[in-house]
Amino acid sequence: MSETQTQAYTVRLELADEPGELLAALEPIADNGGNLLSIFHERGNLTPRGRIPVEVDLEATPERFETIVEALREAGVNVVQAGQERYSEELTVLLVGHLVDTDLSDTLSQLRAETDSRVADLSLSAPQGVDDESSARVRLKTDQGAVEETLRAVRSVADQKDLRVIEPLAAGGGV
Amino acid sequence: MRLAVAGAGAVGGSVAELAGEYDHTVTAIADSTSAAIDPDGIDSDAVLDRKDSEGVLGTANPADALAAEYDVLVEATPTTLGDAQPGFGHATVALERDRHVVLANKGPVAERYGDLMALAEESAGEVRFEATVGGAIPVLSTVEDYGPETITAARGVLNGTANFILSRMAAEGLDYEHVLAEAQDLGVAEADPAFDVEGTDAALKCVILANVLAAGEREYTLADATVDGIDSIPPSALELAREDGRTIRLIGEVSGGEIRVGPRLVSEQADLAPSGTRNIVQLETDNAGRLNLSGRGAGGPETATAVLADVARLDSPVP
Repeated sequence: MSETQTQAYTVRLELADEPGELLAALEPIADNGGNLLSIFHERGNLTPRGRIPVEVDLEATPERFETIVEALREAGVNVVQAGQERYSEELTVLLVGHLVDTDLSDTLSQLRAETDSRVADLSLSAPQGVDDESSARVRLKTDQGAVEETLRAVRSVADQKDLRVIEPLAAGGGV
Repeated sequence: MRLAVAGAGAVGGSVAELAGEYDHTVTAIADSTSAAIDPDGIDSDAVLDRKDSEGVLGTANPADALAAEYDVLVEATPTTLGDAQPGFGHATVALERDRHVVLANKGPVAERYGDLMALAEESAGEVRFEATVGGAIPVLSTVEDYGPETITAARGVLNGTANFILSRMAAEGLDYEHVLAEAQDLGVAEADPAFDVEGTDAALKCVILANVLAAGEREYTLADATVDGIDSIPPSALELAREDGRTIRLIGEVSGGEIRVGPRLVSEQADLAPSGTRNIVQLETDNAGRLNLSGRGAGGPETATAVLADVARLDSPVP
């Protein structure tokens, strides 16, 4: 593969909640030959420092990408993570059981620890109250090709807590 | 063709009723306690009426039905696990007499595929079993026509009862027990629904598919399948799936030497999310992409249609 081949990268930024911040962050990318693929702007979800997390997916050659990250930092943008497309596959699972009694946040921490994946979204439904069986829908972002490995980890964490996993159908489910 | 029918339930009864329409003659029909035999052809309607009113098909002995004159034995007794008896024994008798055997009973092909094929090898008769997978849907004959080696995976919704329960739960937000009772009232679920809702029935169909796809390279039984049912799924799980444009279906998969049956998350628009009692089988082919086969997966006349299609595929009567 040639050195000028473009690759997909994800950059995680933290922006102050002020007008024009997002545009200021995107300019160095376009100016340095990066091709923007998507911007995930988590408004309403503040970082511990009170900033807004933004995830930018872009394509660039490896050299240009280095330049882009430097330019972002020079422009005063807080770059939290910059690297080749890190979370490139998503999977959604349902967990059923005594989710609250078995410490849901611990379950999620274990998932993060064991799988190198990130919980992108979580919905809990406990119609009978938190003491009874409940269900959760968990959307995980994981590395390319790591879906099977992530599912194995989900099964193992769920097994320890006697939770039931309803897995996505890998093929055919989306069509 | 002259047919002997073992089993006079929904499927066996329908085969006997419909055989005439397909230019076949039923020379014998038996259930576990009685039989009617006539080398010139029984009067199916009269015999089945007698079973309804008197509880017997006729005055003959069931064992004599197997020894009667016929070209094809239609084995439609209830599916049993393990030694697959008495269905396996019935098939053995017919094959040893060089008769053809058409199975609607899943037991012999799911639990004793190798034994059955060995008997068929020694016999001038053939064994066919289209009706055992997907009712009226021509799944096994499609695999046969395409060639098992050109199909890389199969998956599908193979149990109408489980699918009915899941689709009703999702549509109405009702709990499992409630929908099960409704399904039993409608005759969609048996009084003892375990076989359907625990995934066993779907798993047997997947095992049969796996045996056909393996083409003798490997033999599978129910013990090779990982099976999970739908009986502990709460409405909240279906609701969370729905919010995300998804739903839950009991899916059977045969892929890479693995057989797996369990509830899975699928898109609400997915081919594998049929509603009601509808079944679907998806075949992944080497040269033709994905093939979807869907239709009615159960029922007397539906399953009898698959049996009679198998009879039509058989060579002329064994001399």
